[in-house]
Amino acid sequence: MKKLLILAAFLCGSIVYPLPAPAADAAHGKALYRTYCTQCHGLSGDGKGVNAKQLSVQPRNHQDRAEMSARTDADLFKAIKEGGQAVNKSILMPNWDGNMTDDEIHDVVAYLRELCCAGAK
Amino acid sequence: MRTVIALGGAALLTALSIGSAAAADPPANIQKDCAVCHQMSGPANADLTARQTRKGPPLYFAGNKFRQDWLEAWLQKPTRVRPAGDFVPAHTATGPEGDVVDAATLSDHPVVDAAAAKEIAAYLMTLTPNTALLEKEDYTPGRVPARMGAMDFVKFKGCGGCHKDTPKYGGFSGPELYTAWQRLQPPFIVSYIRDPAAWEPRSLMPNKHLNTAGIHKLANYLRTIGEKPEKAK
Repeated sequence: MKKLLILAAFLCGSIVYPLPAPAADAAHGKALYRTYCTQCHGLSGDGKGVNAKQLSVQPRNHQDRAEMSARTDADLFKAIKEGGQAVNKSILMPNWDGNMTDDEIHDVVAYLRELCCAGAK
Repeated sequence: MRTVIALGGAALLTALSIGSAAAADPPANIQKDCAVCHQMSGPANADLTARQTRKGPPLYFAGNKFRQDWLEAWLQKPTRVRPAGDFVPAHTATGPEGDVVDAATLSDHPVVDAAAAKEIAAYLMTLTPNTALLEKEDYTPGRVPARMGAMDFVKFKGCGGCHKDTPKYGGFSGPELYTAWQRLQPPFIVSYIRDPAAWEPRSLMPNKHLNTAGIHKLANYLRTIGEKPEKAK
């Protein structure tokens, strides 16, 4: 039993970012998304935010089901928390760890799943 | 009767008038009138809804942030510092080719006369609750070659995504930065880049975790592009 507990602790410790907690609040994620993300990703999440035309790399279209389905929740969490460079994307996507808590970033990820994939596209 | 009000280039503002009581207690009246659109007393507000609905930037640490001469001049001839207002989503609309600034939702800051501007600026400079943050910084302004600075600002650090470093180039969501050096105290620039949330918990600016040399390089670039020509050497 003790070995199992040690193994479990080791495995947990090896996970960099856990999946969103079941309690992730997509509605709060929507409010956070509006606050921090829409300036580049657009009011509707289409990647055409007010800053987009000035950017040398275009922001991700979060309505793109195929693109977004290719990203795990952990990928999205890491990109938001640590910025684009952390996932081999553009530096123009900044790290938001100074603005949102981990729980809040999970809420944004939950909202992104609604945005990309809740409706039929 | 004189018209007074607050700061914040993109704020939705309503002109108020101060009656005879103003002369009796100017700070109280300035405080009250500015508070129509600006947070005038601490502590910092971390509430998300408050950030989404606020009309102008907080002024309760104005004395730690602004240069008095800029405040005094700007109040007499205010221009929009934040192209898309204080809360960008409230001032953008979706057009056929993407989101654009919705100018119809933006209001101009009221103009005040010279005497009122002097009085308001002097009062705002007394609001200094964050002096300890500035005292953490040890920054001696320097210079950076403009081209190198621009490359650092735009390409390496990504600041140009949200901020304009020239009137024509840069994003719309952050305050214009080609006037930042004239507007802001140098230690504030450094401190805010180091940790925006220390000043505003719901700042829309990310903390890039830059080292001190990197922060000073950006501040020097703002000096290079923003310093008044007569002071440049």
